[in-house]
Amino acid sequence: MDYGILLMQQILNGLHIGSIYALIALGYTMVYGIVKLINFAHGDIMMVGAYIAFMMITAFNLPLPIAIIISMASCALIGMGIEKVAYKPLRNAPRMWALITAIGVSFFLETLFTILFGASSKPFPTLSLAPIQIGALQISQIMMISIGLSVFLMIALELFIKETKLGKAMRAASEDAKAAALMGISVNKTISIAFAIGSALGAIGGILFAMAYPQIKPLMGVMPGLKAFIAAVLGGIGILPGAMLGGFLLGIIESITKGFLSAFWPDASLWADAILFLILILVLLLKPAGILGKNVREKV
Amino acid sequence: MKTRKLLAIALVAMMGTLSFVGCQKADASSDTIKIGGSFDLTGEAAQYGIATSNGVKLAIDEYNANGGVLGKQIEFILEDNKASQVDATNAFKKLVDNNKVIGFIGSDISSTTETIANLAAEKNIPMITPTGTKLGITTIGPNIFRACYVDPAQGELLAKFATEDLKAQTAAIMINSEQDYSTGIAEAFEAAFTAEGGTVVEKVNYGKNDVDFKPILANIKNANADVVVIPDYYETIATLITQAREIGITSTCIGGDGWDGVTEKTVNNPEVVEGSYFVNHYTVEDDAVIVQDFISNYKATYDAEPNAFAALGYDAAKILIEAIKTCESTEADAITAAMQNTSLDCVTGHITFDENRNPVKSVSVIEIKEGQNTLYKKLDAVK
Repeated sequence: MDYGILLMQQILNGLHIGSIYALIALGYTMVYGIVKLINFAHGDIMMVGAYIAFMMITAFNLPLPIAIIISMASCALIGMGIEKVAYKPLRNAPRMWALITAIGVSFFLETLFTILFGASSKPFPTLSLAPIQIGALQISQIMMISIGLSVFLMIALELFIKETKLGKAMRAASEDAKAAALMGISVNKTISIAFAIGSALGAIGGILFAMAYPQIKPLMGVMPGLKAFIAAVLGGIGILPGAMLGGFLLGIIESITKGFLSAFWPDASLWADAILFLILILVLLLKPAGILGKNVREKV
Repeated sequence: MKTRKLLAIALVAMMGTLSFVGCQKADASSDTIKIGGSFDLTGEAAQYGIATSNGVKLAIDEYNANGGVLGKQIEFILEDNKASQVDATNAFKKLVDNNKVIGFIGSDISSTTETIANLAAEKNIPMITPTGTKLGITTIGPNIFRACYVDPAQGELLAKFATEDLKAQTAAIMINSEQDYSTGIAEAFEAAFTAEGGTVVEKVNYGKNDVDFKPILANIKNANADVVVIPDYYETIATLITQAREIGITSTCIGGDGWDGVTEKTVNNPEVVEGSYFVNHYTVEDDAVIVQDFISNYKATYDAEPNAFAALGYDAAKILIEAIKTCESTEADAITAAMQNTSLDCVTGHITFDENRNPVKSVSVIEIKEGQNTLYKKLDAVK
């Protein structure tokens, strides 16, 4: 067996799942950056996105790109709605309250979709395109679409935050919401937009996930949601490039332990999650703010 | 103030007596035969729980329509385990302590079933699980039965089928190491396959929450075995096998009864499961009258095709009720003894019980052909 090829193949696999983690992680990190809330319902937004796309494709026979756009738009609205109903009234309450509310929203979405669609999984229409063979490497087309789309969206988001007025407002609000409000920035609007963008990216993540692992079910968002949260923390929560880096890193570590290390150590795939969390703990011990995070000293 | 307090005490006392009266009434009115059941009607195992409990309900409704048993109607009380051992415990205690059931049918997955079996053995309530396949469940007590065959039996049958019918010499096994079901079949397969002269060339493990299998599939591809054994449930299989074909694995895939339902999950890409085989409890193609009657009645009641879970639920209820009928008693030991002597034609085959209260019956080998489960052959039970 050629270990070099195996390693390359696993890195590619890792980039694929990593790109999905990264997209979801962006939603966590954007929301955390502005309202300092870990939105545990975000993984479920991803599930909602996949279900909306599923309905558009199967019930209305829409082509995939249009289904993606409708799903993104609806998830953006749903994300904003959740923020208005569940989180906004608690903005000045202790942070723990909002966190618990987020878990509540997560349960609400999971049970709502179980009631609406049933607990069993539904086959998601996927593109069954032949993989591209480059040397001994196999690259599936879904993998390429997934990586390409997520890198494009990340660059677009980064430009939006850096270059546009709205992006500037977002950065200002995340630095100091009160001061930003004094400067005439509508903090409420900015927060809504952060939720909208985060949820829309989550929806795309969900659809890409459903295309790669072609089944959807109401609890499908739980594990990827958790992994994406870890990715966001690993890269430095609140920092956009950190979320992307964390996502890709997580995917690659996972893939290499499961598929490459296991060639030498058969039980490696069972240890994959343990190894992943060990790396997370090590990173957080050395850099508590995450890989790209800056240590900000609390002013006393 | 004082009068208020007195009034309150009086009210409480009255409520107490009232509820006591209620209890007494319920106890006195034993004009029905109460059978309890608890299944995972919500939560991650809901698709099993719902199908199995539908099968049970269908059997009980049929008995009731024909005049019930021992001249009484059967009252079936159904609780939800929510795929949680805590909820399963509460459900069983409620059924036994409050509802005073005389027999119990449930649960669907091995973990909740095992929890309940421990309680049922303690309380000596005759119990039959339709689908709890884990080996140790029925040895918990002499009153615990099951309608399905056990995991190791499936593994042995698969090994026999792979060597004799598929002429396989090498096998790769993919094990969901977080599922007793999967490890049970895998271990039995490996032992039996090696005994038949085959070689297991690769074994890989994965977790129950995994969805990205491409990393571990790379090793399976390199092993290039004649058969790939995937003993898991259909949702995981649909995801796993899609990725396996995507990276170019062409080996024949085989598995256990958890495969039932996989064709529904791969309607968009049926080619990935084409030509795979699995062993199952029954097949809708069986033209025995009892099977066809069950299928048409189930369809009429639930507007859905009955899967193996529904069939096993139906059989489990039938075994328990027939035992009550035979022993003409609602007393636990008498029912248990009658169940042990079961010899009954059921939807999933003719059932008798061995000394560990596991059923001895034939299995169907199913081949997936043109996206449909088709009967390949029937295999007799390994004794």
